[in-house]
Amino acid sequence: MSTAVVTVNRGLFGGLNLRKKTLLIIGSTSLLLLAIVVSSVFLGEEPLQTNFGSKNLAPSLEHPFGTDWMGRDMFIRTLEGLGLSILVGGLASTISTLLTVILGLLSSAGKTADSFVSWLVDLFLSIPHLLLIVLISIGIGGGAAGVITGVALTHWPSLTRVVRAETKQLKTQEYIHISRNLGRSKWWIATRHILPHLVPQILLGTILMFPHAILHEASVTFLGFGLSPHEPAIGIILSESMRYLSAGYWWLAFFPGLSLLIVVLAFDMIGENLGKLINPKIAHE
Amino acid sequence: MHLKGENISFEYKKNDPVLKDVNISLRSGEVLGLIGDSGSGKSTLCKILAGYEIKYQGKVTMDGNEIPSKGYNPVQLVFQHPEKAVNPKWRMKDILNEGHLVSQDILEAFGIKNNWLNRWPNELSGGELQRFALARALSPKTRYLIADEITTMVDAITQAQIWNIVLNIVEELNIGVLVVSHDRNLISRLCHDTIYLKDINNV
Repeated sequence: MSTAVVTVNRGLFGGLNLRKKTLLIIGSTSLLLLAIVVSSVFLGEEPLQTNFGSKNLAPSLEHPFGTDWMGRDMFIRTLEGLGLSILVGGLASTISTLLTVILGLLSSAGKTADSFVSWLVDLFLSIPHLLLIVLISIGIGGGAAGVITGVALTHWPSLTRVVRAETKQLKTQEYIHISRNLGRSKWWIATRHILPHLVPQILLGTILMFPHAILHEASVTFLGFGLSPHEPAIGIILSESMRYLSAGYWWLAFFPGLSLLIVVLAFDMIGENLGKLINPKIAHE
Repeated sequence: MHLKGENISFEYKKNDPVLKDVNISLRSGEVLGLIGDSGSGKSTLCKILAGYEIKYQGKVTMDGNEIPSKGYNPVQLVFQHPEKAVNPKWRMKDILNEGHLVSQDILEAFGIKNNWLNRWPNELSGGELQRFALARALSPKTRYLIADEITTMVDAITQAQIWNIVLNIVEELNIGVLVVSHDRNLISRLCHDTIYLKDINNV
């Protein structure tokens, strides 16, 4: 008699191993986000025309998210808003990452540079994000440029901290000392020896920065310091809907808010699952 | 041609010296042995001579001049653990040629096979990696080689092989070698002269 050991794989993706599941989650969520961006770019302004014959309609098959007080289809508006938010968030976190890489490598240059970087990190971390974004955004003159600059200039410190710590640890490695003894310059060592080790951290940090950037963009716009009101941003949709909530038009806020939440969670899921692939040690936690 | 360390004192912690007024001199082409108990500061002395440790008292000179801190260091140090001395994200050929383009003669002398060059460091054994570390350190610009227990982790046959190759090359290039080891038999076999490093904390 032999006792067969059977591993039963239950749950949503029965029959797949962890790696396949992880890849599946990354693939499907990326596809969802890509679909949102692409469709929002290609939809254009056309479907957002006002139609007072069909204003304030509750969700139906024709208008899955309902219509607003000017008869615009809320599904299309939400889609456009999400696309814009993702683009703004993406651009802002890319700029932020660029800052991180520059400052991270700078911190490997020497003691003075390192203390300058950590001072800068502490300085930016000590001011509340939202306040700083609002100040920068207003200072630049609002609009997309203001929001992107504001978000980009506030989201680099935490990732820079991680990168700096990693750099410090790498610098104690023997092969770094040997490289210096073989006559290599600090800059050469920073780009050839240290940077390749930082790539996974930076990649992951950028993806996990996305949801923060998107949420901050939406909240600044909601408060009226961000994107201009004619643009179909999620923050604007939500702030406008506030006036109609008491009239019982709940779908104006509910569906855009839910979609924003889903997008943010999707980015978080991609980041987490990508982390499992890049750093297998945390996969079983 | 001398590599000289004069009155070298060093402490990792305040008032807890590891080395005190150590004098050491290594001629070009000389093979000098260094023996000492664990904790007597052998590795620290090696690091000071090769410029890895800079907060020491005393003077390290080469032909009467201070060793420049920038550019290729003519005093090369090879460590006990070759797997720590290579960047795990680099291929072996990049590691090998980091300091200078290692000549085919040296590769052949060390028995480094061409198909090893495209491998990653974790695909080679300790002995194989140590050959790379030595080949990388023995450039024409190297005047002194500090060998800090470089063959402790390999078996006796490989140990003999590696030392044969190293001794041939250093003779050809007129390089001075400081051999650090616990193995008195090895030292007496290899070296023209031997110095003993006493653990100052036990005196």
